[in-house]
Amino acid sequence: MAKVSPTKTPMREQPAAERIRNYDEVPFGYSPEEAIFEAQRCLMCKKPKCIAGCPVEIDIPGFIQFIAEGDFKGGINRIKEKNILPAICGRVCPQEEQCEKECILGVKNEPVAIGRLERFLADWEAQQGEAELPRKPRPTGKKIVIVGAGPAGITAAADLVRLGHRVDMFEALHEPGGVLVYGIPEFRLPKSIVFREINYLERLGVRIFKNHVIGMIKSIDELLGEYDAVFLGTGAGLPWFLNVPGENLNGIYSANEYLTRANLMKAYLFPKYKTPIVKGRRVVTVGGGNVAMDCARTALRLGAEQSIILYRRSRQEMPAREEEIHHAEQEGVIFKLLSTPAAFHGDDRNWLREVECIRMKLGEPDDSGRRRPVPIPDANYRMPIDVAVIAIGNSPNPLIPNTTPDIETGKWGNITTDPATGKTSKPGVFAGGDVATGAATVILAMGAGKVAARSIHDYVMGR
Amino acid sequence: MARVTEIREIAPNVHECMVNAPEIAAKVRPGQFIIIIPDEFSERTPITVADWDPAAGTITFIFLSIGSSTEKLADLVAGDEIYSLTGPLGKAFELGKFGRVALVGGCYGIGGIYPAARALKELGNEVICYSEARSKFLLYWDEKLEEICDEVRYSTADASKGNRGHSHDRLQYDLENGTRYDLVIAVGCTFMMYCISQVTKPYEIKTIVSMNPIMIDGTGMCGACRIEVDGTTRFACVDGPHFDGHKVDWNLILARRKAYLEEEIVSQERKNYGESQSH
Repeated sequence: MAKVSPTKTPMREQPAAERIRNYDEVPFGYSPEEAIFEAQRCLMCKKPKCIAGCPVEIDIPGFIQFIAEGDFKGGINRIKEKNILPAICGRVCPQEEQCEKECILGVKNEPVAIGRLERFLADWEAQQGEAELPRKPRPTGKKIVIVGAGPAGITAAADLVRLGHRVDMFEALHEPGGVLVYGIPEFRLPKSIVFREINYLERLGVRIFKNHVIGMIKSIDELLGEYDAVFLGTGAGLPWFLNVPGENLNGIYSANEYLTRANLMKAYLFPKYKTPIVKGRRVVTVGGGNVAMDCARTALRLGAEQSIILYRRSRQEMPAREEEIHHAEQEGVIFKLLSTPAAFHGDDRNWLREVECIRMKLGEPDDSGRRRPVPIPDANYRMPIDVAVIAIGNSPNPLIPNTTPDIETGKWGNITTDPATGKTSKPGVFAGGDVATGAATVILAMGAGKVAARSIHDYVMGR
Repeated sequence: MARVTEIREIAPNVHECMVNAPEIAAKVRPGQFIIIIPDEFSERTPITVADWDPAAGTITFIFLSIGSSTEKLADLVAGDEIYSLTGPLGKAFELGKFGRVALVGGCYGIGGIYPAARALKELGNEVICYSEARSKFLLYWDEKLEEICDEVRYSTADASKGNRGHSHDRLQYDLENGTRYDLVIAVGCTFMMYCISQVTKPYEIKTIVSMNPIMIDGTGMCGACRIEVDGTTRFACVDGPHFDGHKVDWNLILARRKAYLEEEIVSQERKNYGESQSH
């Protein structure tokens, strides 16, 4: 056997100077040769640790083995036994904290590029035409309703329909996909991929009803009258703001609004699409997570001369994925660390003109284990800006808790669930994803959808 | 899928549209709104529901053609399918028996107050409606309102019908001359609702206004519709749209509503001169 390469096979990508002028996807993905070469790095451990690192328990060495042998069809089928959204997960999962973190190769060298290989298989399958459907299961006669067509709901729906249940799905917006469509930008996750995966779900037999805001058009109790079980995957809700003076000036967006305008409503194609967005020459994004990186990179593509990230701790504490931070840096996003807004200042027409920042230093670690930012007195500084995006998180969507008085909620308005089953306090009602946990990742929402699907199946089958 | 059953221009630039939406017709309560996207390219546009018929499965709404998306909507004809229609959204008015109630409507709000007026009358209130426009020919639903309430008091800028001036002038006059209300509800443009709130404040009459800030999703996700009420941030789509007019921070709202004027002009120009560029 040839000596294993210590590093991952690199993935070719659009040069930074070019890609900030378009909305196309940044990395190109592996060629079949690159994929096989990378797959051959896998040690095929007898007791693989990577699987335990995957929230949806994909047989990772199994599918990699297929790739190494050049059997891509076998590989994709192996993934799809567990994961219906490989094209999406291969792109947006934080593999470095999950499967790849556990990879034995990673102890001394770089781990196997599991995410890139997953993505390769999904994209390969898409090129072969319409994906093959699994064998039709025997109908159980049970009806299940999924509220919210985001990652949690899609995953739960896929698992339940493949067990033979009738599955209906209600989506509040005019497109299914949830955060995959309104939040994650086109250049990171092309929408054609999301629609392809949703189309697959519909071909499996899931019926999707768009433009239906559950809680308003139908109560949970009404749904329980029509269905055997309900899964709530209603996702993110109202954004958090900094609560500093001037935050309601024109030109200040929440990340949810900024990204929804740009992605779901396609403001980047304005004026063909009629939803406007204030483009701004100097755009500040406040926050250090993946959403903040998405906003800062979107600002560049909308034509900002300077896109600046303000983060109150140092680079080391940033919650964003290393790859996202790296991409943002490559593209010229400016990082002003250990800084947070104290106030926004506007002109006489109420438009944002300046941000006033507090300088921070790092103190003792806090509850999260990260060093706490401490303000430095008398060190405030000002910067001229014309757009600010507040990307510091959001609470869970309030609509279901507001309209379902007998469902138990937690401190942040999240629906209380048993993480092992997804059960809520209301019999027959399950929940998962951001509405249960608060803002988290796509794959964690998918994992929660999987867990809930399992216990919904047990529940409706009377086990 | 919602289909247009009837659509007509009932006053210059004011359109009445009836659509087939049985699920919404069965659920909607006075004061709630819908979000419409007339075609793939248009914005999500919130519009107050003005009437409905659960038996026929229809809802009716009034809109002004004032931007590219509402123009698209106005171009629809009976039989057309609406790209996206979602509702009911927002909280309904909290209605009950209050005594004497004034409902003030301007522009789309004349239609907007209609269901609340009807429901309040049915609950045993004395209901006085104030309807206003620049001129008589811009008023609509006069008979419809007169039919369901005790009295309609008109105001027009040119005195072609009712009093000269605005509804807030008329309301001010009435209050100065001894009329007393237990509740005032105002639906219409922001400036009108602001003026009404100013007029009722010295008399300490509870005044509910129906806020119409810019919204994107309208389901409690994006935060675009944030306003300040009594010093705290509230979201019109899920906390509202109805708020206490004496506690709303009006300056902030009046400034935020004008945020996209320039982009709206670009949208309009592009429409008028054709979309030759391949954007």
